[in-house]
Amino acid sequence: MGYPVEYRYTKDHEWVSVKGNVARIGITDHAQSELGDIVFVELPSVGAAVRAGEILATVESVKAVGDVNAPIDGTVTEVNEALESSPETINASPHGDGWIAAIEVADPSAVDGLLDAAAYEAFLSEG
Amino acid sequence: MRYLSHSDADRREMLASIGVSSMDDLFADIPQAVTEQFRSIGRRGLSEQEVVSTLSELAARNRADEHACFVGGGVYDHYAPSLVDHVLLRSEFYSAYTPYQPEISQGTLTAMFEFQTMICELTGMDVANASMYDGATAAAEAVLMAERLTHRGRVAVAGTLFAHVRRVLDTYGWASGIEIVELPHLPSGACDLSNLPGDISALVLQSPNAFGVIEPLEGVKDRIGDALLVVSTHPISLGLLAPPGHFGADLVVGEGQPLGLPMAFGGPLLGLFASKKEYLRQMPGRVSGRTVDADGTVGYTMAAQTREQHIRRERATSNICTNSALCALAATVYLASVGAGGLRQVGELCAGKAHYLAERITALDGFEMPFSGPFFNEFVVQVPGDAVALHRRLLDAGVLLESPDGLRMHGLENALRIAVTEKRSRDQLDRLVDLLGGAR
Amino acid sequence: MRTIFDYPQHEAVGGVFPEPDVPTVDVDRMIDAALLRGDRPRIPDLSEPTVVRHYTALSKLNYGVEDGVYPLGSCTMKYNPKVHETIARLPGLANAHPLAESTTVQGTLAFLYHLSELLGGIAGLPAVSLQPVAGAHGELTGMFLFKKFFEMRGATQRRRILLPDSAHGTNPASAAVAGFSVTQIPSNDDGLIDLEALECELDETVAGVMLTVPNTLGLFESGILEVTERVHAAGGLCYFDGANLNAFLGRARPGDMGADVFHFNLHKTLSTPHGGGGPGAGPIAVSELLVEHLPVPRVERDGDTYALDWDRPESIGSVHSFYGNVLVAVRAYAYLLHLGDEGLRAVAEDAVLNANYLQARLKSSYTLPYDRLCKHEFVLSGVDIAEGISTLDVAKRLIDYGIHPPTVYFPLIVREALMIEPTETESVEELDRFADAMERIAVEAREHPELLREAPHAAPVRRLDQTLAARNPVLSYPFDERVEDGET
Repeated sequence: MGYPVEYRYTKDHEWVSVKGNVARIGITDHAQSELGDIVFVELPSVGAAVRAGEILATVESVKAVGDVNAPIDGTVTEVNEALESSPETINASPHGDGWIAAIEVADPSAVDGLLDAAAYEAFLSEG
Repeated sequence: MRYLSHSDADRREMLASIGVSSMDDLFADIPQAVTEQFRSIGRRGLSEQEVVSTLSELAARNRADEHACFVGGGVYDHYAPSLVDHVLLRSEFYSAYTPYQPEISQGTLTAMFEFQTMICELTGMDVANASMYDGATAAAEAVLMAERLTHRGRVAVAGTLFAHVRRVLDTYGWASGIEIVELPHLPSGACDLSNLPGDISALVLQSPNAFGVIEPLEGVKDRIGDALLVVSTHPISLGLLAPPGHFGADLVVGEGQPLGLPMAFGGPLLGLFASKKEYLRQMPGRVSGRTVDADGTVGYTMAAQTREQHIRRERATSNICTNSALCALAATVYLASVGAGGLRQVGELCAGKAHYLAERITALDGFEMPFSGPFFNEFVVQVPGDAVALHRRLLDAGVLLESPDGLRMHGLENALRIAVTEKRSRDQLDRLVDLLGGAR
Repeated sequence: MRTIFDYPQHEAVGGVFPEPDVPTVDVDRMIDAALLRGDRPRIPDLSEPTVVRHYTALSKLNYGVEDGVYPLGSCTMKYNPKVHETIARLPGLANAHPLAESTTVQGTLAFLYHLSELLGGIAGLPAVSLQPVAGAHGELTGMFLFKKFFEMRGATQRRRILLPDSAHGTNPASAAVAGFSVTQIPSNDDGLIDLEALECELDETVAGVMLTVPNTLGLFESGILEVTERVHAAGGLCYFDGANLNAFLGRARPGDMGADVFHFNLHKTLSTPHGGGGPGAGPIAVSELLVEHLPVPRVERDGDTYALDWDRPESIGSVHSFYGNVLVAVRAYAYLLHLGDEGLRAVAEDAVLNANYLQARLKSSYTLPYDRLCKHEFVLSGVDIAEGISTLDVAKRLIDYGIHPPTVYFPLIVREALMIEPTETESVEELDRFADAMERIAVEAREHPELLREAPHAAPVRRLDQTLAARNPVLSYPFDERVEDGET
């Protein structure tokens, strides 16, 4: 699976996709593959304010827990409720239907500081 | 050395294969500044025969088992069918590790699943874990869990919890910064709920309580808003009494020792912990869950492990790792041995004998039961004169009661708490009455 | 495999309890009907032979220490002496009520007192509490002691605990339960604690450090004195997790290394049975600074008489219903009586010898991240065994060789970790059996990887579906559904 070029990425393996002032966030294919079969997602509450680097959500597999950190500051506007009954969607479609939450961002340009697809893939091959 | 397997020749060859010349070479990484301070414990090793005679002599210095035991307070002198201990003596059970490799631990995991089921049945709850250390730490963990769920920083606790449970709650509460508000009791001996503090994470009750009184749990859950109702209970009583789950309890904890475990001078014990299923993700402790293997055969494995310390570390629902697994197995085998029928029978024996004794004691001059509430197998009597002297006289006559100090901690002077189990014969009951009445 | 709920029920079987010998009264005349249970708990009524056969069958699905080597790193699965099961069942010891008058339990109080002295001697520390009933419980108690210590000195800003990234999960969990936050200190390339990184963190917000000695890689912190000196100099305290005590019995004492609290795992080092997950015991030994804060009651001695003493105004209170796991402690006491000083030293020697022997044999078939002499355990990595093969696959294949797998995926700082601790129990023959199997599996990994990926083939069940168990938790018998099994 490739990494969509229009997304931005973090070294913690989150992806961000910005449209206007709303940023959709999920975890990357690399992250879902490391975690294994995902069994539970703890979603944030709509309306919650988050700062960059703070925990936005947690994703649990059988043997591990992954923190999903907010890549940039914002307020949660939407959560992917389908993950409550089908957490495995993240494994099947981590960059698409497996999105986790959307946040309204004060400063959409904050994503420019994140990795682009090429830089993220380079980062993966180093590690 | 009996428990070692090497000859000196073995050791020499092994050292050579490692590439060192002496045992000391293997310990060269320990700083000399440490090893030069080492002092031995100054003991010669004893043979097995000497170990047995030393321990037998110590056991003989105990006289408690020669007395008729009327002491209760969460630990009781119940009869365990012989079958229980024989199962515990199978080394496949007692020497096995925690079942992290489920394919070779189906014995342990299946028994855990059975235990969890039986505790749910007894308590009327949805899920139970595979044990905590004891009833007191189970109660403490319930309070911590309620706090994680509601973040109020305060719990209301009945003054009628056993003193030892309350002590542990106080310690854990102090460490977590949770304020404990104590509730008084009514003349019936039940907890007085008329003045509940606001903004609590939980209300913690015990039933039967420290006075032996069965708490009326009907409607309590409705009076505490969204605080959790935590009830600490006595498992043998649940063969007869309506379980806390039927009254909407959120968490049920208790001391499982009565289910086939010796009194053991207080350890090992068996912490029971059961919860409504909606709180599963916050529940502490190990659980065994059903699944299938690659061929579709039903099997059991540790489930919901991401709650636990080996995965969540400082964000785990508890730090518990080793629990009381073999004691939980004992309880499972006990319940399977006696069955629902036997459990009912032992409950009826306990209640019947306790009520017989209470009636005969209160017929004596000056002996009264200060609490009017219904009881199961334990009750309190106010005695005429000096309870300490009376206690001493009974002890000398071979009858063991709990010291009056126990009830003094609950504000009762010159009172005795008396527990009766199926093991107390009529002769023993009648003798106690005679002694209380002044006989020698 | 059936559960006890899957058997055809009998009528109420009875035969355990006698008929009542007091005049009987209906229960609802003693206790209000509203308080009585109306339903019957679904606990089966079965004949004794049925129950015995069921639990005997279950036991045969388990692997215990008596089945063979149990090389679980950090667990010290040594042989559990049979004599302990005998003495723990002596009626004088087993049938004592915890609230019995102390004059009636002098034997128990005596051994608790003496055991505390022996453990204090092994630790090189002045006082011991037997109250904690597990290692994690000892850790928690130690954290409570830290908290009390600083509270009494008005230093409540000391709210951080430092611990290495190789620490066992209970360490940070215990610190957190006690209200501390945790800061991880990285390990250096030698697998030891990075002293510079530690020094950077030492300020007046630090309550102390939690260390395991030797560490979970099986390596002794040779800079241990420096670590504890620096922590003490910064005003902090030192907690030592004693899970790995088997590595230095008879040669060194944690008190001489600067420990302020040291916990023992009686169900590891001192041979008490693991029980399928417990009960264990985690007594703690403490330095002079913390003695007054130990849990109450303490066992005190006056000549030949022993008593429980509650008069400790600076105590943290109690962490257990009563006095700890007494019948577990008595097994440890018997073990220490049997070993004596010579035995303690011999135990650590053979434990460390056995681990190094296996390490030398296995380093050519597996990756050894820290290639130096180890203590009682060592860590391999399954990272380069073969394409597409993980440590988990190796572990499951070992089951087919009739051997319990080592600890896997711990410590977290080694990828695909395999932690091996043979203990002193194992003979050369048994060690070779284990090493031979591991070598064969390494070859199979390259030549027949499907044997590993689909392992185990020879266990009572094949590899179990963990995902299903986690997604769809079934944690008690589904009485209300029909159970569809592949087998009964």
